Amino acid sequence: MAWFSCYLTSGKHMLFYQSFVTVLMLLAITAPVSLAFGFGGAVASRSHFLPLAWFGKLYTSIVRGVPDIVFFLFFVIALDQGIEWMRHQALCPDWSEPIRQGNDFLVCPQAKAPLSTSPQWVHEVYNFSLAVFTFAIVFGAFAANVLYGAMNAVPKAQLETAHAYGMSNRQTFWRILVPQMWVYALPGLGNLWMILIKATPLLFLLGVRDIVYWAKELGGTKSDVYAYPHGDWRIYYFLFLLVFYLAFTRVSEIVIERMTRKLSHGQATAGGEAMRREA
Amino acid sequence: MKKLILTTAALALVAGAATAADVVRMGTEGAYPPWNLIDDNGEVGGFERELGDELCKRAELTCEWVTNDWDSIIPNLLSGNYDTIIAGMSVTDEREEVIDFTDPYTPPDPSIYVALEDDVDLTGGVIAAQTGTIQAAYVAESGAELVEFPVPEDTVAAVRNGEADAVLADDSFLQDAVKANPELKVVGDPVAIGGGVALGLRESDSELKEKFNTAIQSMKDDGTLNELIKKWEVSSLW
Repeated sequence: MAWFSCYLTSGKHMLFYQSFVTVLMLLAITAPVSLAFGFGGAVASRSHFLPLAWFGKLYTSIVRGVPDIVFFLFFVIALDQGIEWMRHQALCPDWSEPIRQGNDFLVCPQAKAPLSTSPQWVHEVYNFSLAVFTFAIVFGAFAANVLYGAMNAVPKAQLETAHAYGMSNRQTFWRILVPQMWVYALPGLGNLWMILIKATPLLFLLGVRDIVYWAKELGGTKSDVYAYPHGDWRIYYFLFLLVFYLAFTRVSEIVIERMTRKLSHGQATAGGEAMRREA
Repeated sequence: MKKLILTTAALALVAGAATAADVVRMGTEGAYPPWNLIDDNGEVGGFERELGDELCKRAELTCEWVTNDWDSIIPNLLSGNYDTIIAGMSVTDEREEVIDFTDPYTPPDPSIYVALEDDVDLTGGVIAAQTGTIQAAYVAESGAELVEFPVPEDTVAAVRNGEADAVLADDSFLQDAVKANPELKVVGDPVAIGGGVALGLRESDSELKEKFNTAIQSMKDDGTLNELIKKWEVSSLW
């Protein structure tokens, strides 16, 4: 018993517990940012200005078509090297050696992002930001498609009535279309949220140590060179993660259900009609 | 929170631009005891941690430790996320084409097979090895069926649950695994593969390579390297 209480409070376990915060923080930041990306993408796709509409459609179809894992491996390295390349151009104009030497990607030391001299936490924050940005782009594309569909699902008569009342396009969009589209978007957005929760282990690909990484590391066989030797305990750690993920998605389901009820209230949909009859 | 992170990131970018001292980032896997591991405080530990710290002291470098997946350990070195690979990596011709190696810090050591029973078919059965290792390449050529795993621990687990007949890996790693799992045993003859373990560096970093070579030589000369090898039981002595 005493052994366990020492074991479960070792420095390594503390890092494991902290990684739960990392994952929750990632979700808390990524969800609104992706929603914003999605909203932008959907609005762009609906635009009457053709290049903007093409841009919106290109964004959603390309990102949705590329497998996540490819995107996470390729895009992040490209983004990182892009940032370093730009810093290199700005900070070291006198650098004469080529950036690409065979397989090596070499920028001047001042252009490294983050600098190799910066402490480890800066590297971690940098990786985390790259992760948030990448997640936001990927999930933003899916959200854009959901919102685009939701905007089209709002009955045309509603928009025409708004115009007949003399509202401008902008007013119609913000006062009539946007408040009504959420009820159509919610099932799709709810799905995305669930997928996002389960996609967080991709964090490790981006160099952020998440809960799955720590569960694997802590559960692995520990020989005598460790302070707390034990056998292969990964199954227990993964069972714990299973419970965590199931509980988390269950709570999310309940919240989404409540939101659907709230949004359906007074809407001209089957759900809204059912609520009207009940009342 | 997001604002906070963005601000700190921006600050880091600005503040960093002023200084650029010599910090060498040491990349390791942290999943290959006794070579490298994550200790109970969550820090990199093991033979290579002690060795690397001593080498950095002798070469008068400031070193920082980072961990990376074995799968992408070479690409991340090339794109500059860290400056050395110190992860029990054997020198091979294929790797030499992409990266540079220092002089080896442990002599070439045979790899061994570990299985549940004595009479397994090592040349026709199913053999587990870690992806991208010299052992995986060897098994693929030997005629046995190769199953690959991303982390060393999984290769041992595959033998214990019967997915593979045997596992081929470094002697020191498997000896540890056998100690922890008494039902496992060493089978067959050791096989001599690989050319010693060394630090991996980018080909353009020849200055750093010289510094490490000098430090490794000095540790060989005064016997401290042998003491470390003996302490961690990672290989035979020089």
